[in-house]
Amino acid sequence: MTAMTDDTIRVPPRAMRDEIIAFCAMAGLLAIVPLTGIYPFFVMQALCFALLACAFNLLIGYGGLLSFGHAMFLGTAGYVTAHALKVWAVPPEIGILAGTGAAAALAVITGLVAIRRQGIYFAMITLALSQLLFFVYVQTPFTHGEDGIQGVPQGYLFGIFNLANSTILYYVVLAGFLFGFLVIFRTINSPFGEVLKAVRENEPRAISLGYKTEQYKLLAYILSGTLAGLAGSLKVFVAQNASLTDVEVAMSGQIVLMTLVGGLGTVFGPVVGAFVIIAMQQYLAGFGQWVTVIQGCIFVACVLTFRRGVIGEIAHYFRRSL
Amino acid sequence: MQALYAQLLVGLINGSFYALLSLGLAVIFGMLNIINFAHGAVYMMGAFVAYFLLNNAYLSIGYWPALIIAPIVVGIFGMILERTMLQWLAGLDHLYGLLLTFGLALIIQGVFQNYFGSSGLPYAIPDYPTIGGFHGLQGGMNLGFMFLPIYRGWVVIFSLVVCIGTWYLIERTRLGAYLRAATENPTLVRAFGINVPRMITLTYGLGVGLAALAGVLSAPINQVRPLMGENLIIVVFAVVVIGGMGSIMGSIVTGFALGVIEGLTKYFYPEASNTVVFVFMVLVLLVKPTGLTGRAA
Repeated sequence: MTAMTDDTIRVPPRAMRDEIIAFCAMAGLLAIVPLTGIYPFFVMQALCFALLACAFNLLIGYGGLLSFGHAMFLGTAGYVTAHALKVWAVPPEIGILAGTGAAAALAVITGLVAIRRQGIYFAMITLALSQLLFFVYVQTPFTHGEDGIQGVPQGYLFGIFNLANSTILYYVVLAGFLFGFLVIFRTINSPFGEVLKAVRENEPRAISLGYKTEQYKLLAYILSGTLAGLAGSLKVFVAQNASLTDVEVAMSGQIVLMTLVGGLGTVFGPVVGAFVIIAMQQYLAGFGQWVTVIQGCIFVACVLTFRRGVIGEIAHYFRRSL
Repeated sequence: MQALYAQLLVGLINGSFYALLSLGLAVIFGMLNIINFAHGAVYMMGAFVAYFLLNNAYLSIGYWPALIIAPIVVGIFGMILERTMLQWLAGLDHLYGLLLTFGLALIIQGVFQNYFGSSGLPYAIPDYPTIGGFHGLQGGMNLGFMFLPIYRGWVVIFSLVVCIGTWYLIERTRLGAYLRAATENPTLVRAFGINVPRMITLTYGLGVGLAALAGVLSAPINQVRPLMGENLIIVVFAVVVIGGMGSIMGSIVTGFALGVIEGLTKYFYPEASNTVVFVFMVLVLLVKPTGLTGRAA
């Protein structure tokens, strides 16, 4: 028994140190982006998706739950934030809180339903729930249907920081991303995270050890949904709109793809995956519809030959945890 | 009342598609342990193959042969997919099967979108053979309480026959017995000298062929377009969750029943018609998480 446990949940002694070094390198690199002349809009967008993919990865990588409807948190938070900023004219911090809170509430409701089944059934239920929400948003007046909520004002964060300034906005988005990332990092390295991994590896055994696994999974789902909502709220400030594309099934597929490319269940994989996919969209935009085909090919290639993803392969090569 | 009956008929037709598609999913799931996310894409391919057969200058084969040829062509395509890709996933977490088939769906739909755009291509209701006063499946008849377009009645009855036929094949024949045995214990069945991998390939072909058949049936009703399967398949997934995929008969009954429920909603409260199946799914999950006919686990 011990041998099997050692094999499945391998925790190298220096894991934590490696990960902290990698985190500092990542934060440092991202912090100097505005000085390098890289188009900040691209990086901001990628950061929002990176946070989204990290939140998604918390659920699949550590809880073994594949959600195929994570776009619903992105879209819901986006709509609520955009509506709050534009119609209620609230300051940005309240807008972010409202959007993230709405996503959290949605996570509680959908979680109570979805968590009742596992595996592929869980995936299908989350997919169906997000499609349900998609049809709701098509019909409700406040989302303006196909048009979406356009021209959202960015405002002054805490009354001081002018978010219309792209450098200031960049650091705000970066701060939001790093905050979310650290929450996830802390979660997976906590006793809670260990139980979650145990549930992923062998749920009946975790139950027999006395853990109420349903509660652990639900909590992970809610945390994941809330952080995905935070990503959605931040994205509104970057794109200045909220539209149906953020709630669509295709978006949920993209989130899965980002995580898969970067590496399921790795700490930094989703970040790398998000940057790769967003960059790809940026540079392959000229191919029009072929981008979908290319994405499909990446999906197939990843599943058939490259299941560990970019970061997973690197970590495996160096026998480190990243 | 006329409108109610019309909506009920539409519900039954949608139910036929739900039943055929969820039946194919159940067959594939039973043998390969894969939720075939590409099911909507192969449904669309079925419709497109029928369209090609009709409109290609050299072939110009009509509806009736297409009803047989299209499922076979798409079924062979499915078997190639199984042989070249899906079989390598055996033994892995079944989430990978879902992700792979999702990727395949993106590729197939993307390629068709590039060549045909997103708008629909028309497919005429067949006008042959002429029997009595009827030209093929065109026109309709007055049942007294409602007007029944012949083609729509045909879709309901034909898919019912196919569903029952598939049920009979799997539950009542020797081949079906091997199939079910191989689902339970492939190693043991192999020991009896049965080629299980070939059986898995054929099963995938059968499931995909059923989807393609649904595609041909739907071509004259819904326009033939690359994304015709995209939204449909999500509803079918909800149907599968509700039914539980525990039994073949379960998928058939649930498919038709949900189509009818959807039709009734369209009549009494149209705003909810797109969402009623999903709402129903939530309710069923709250009461009976394994689904209506589902087994535990």
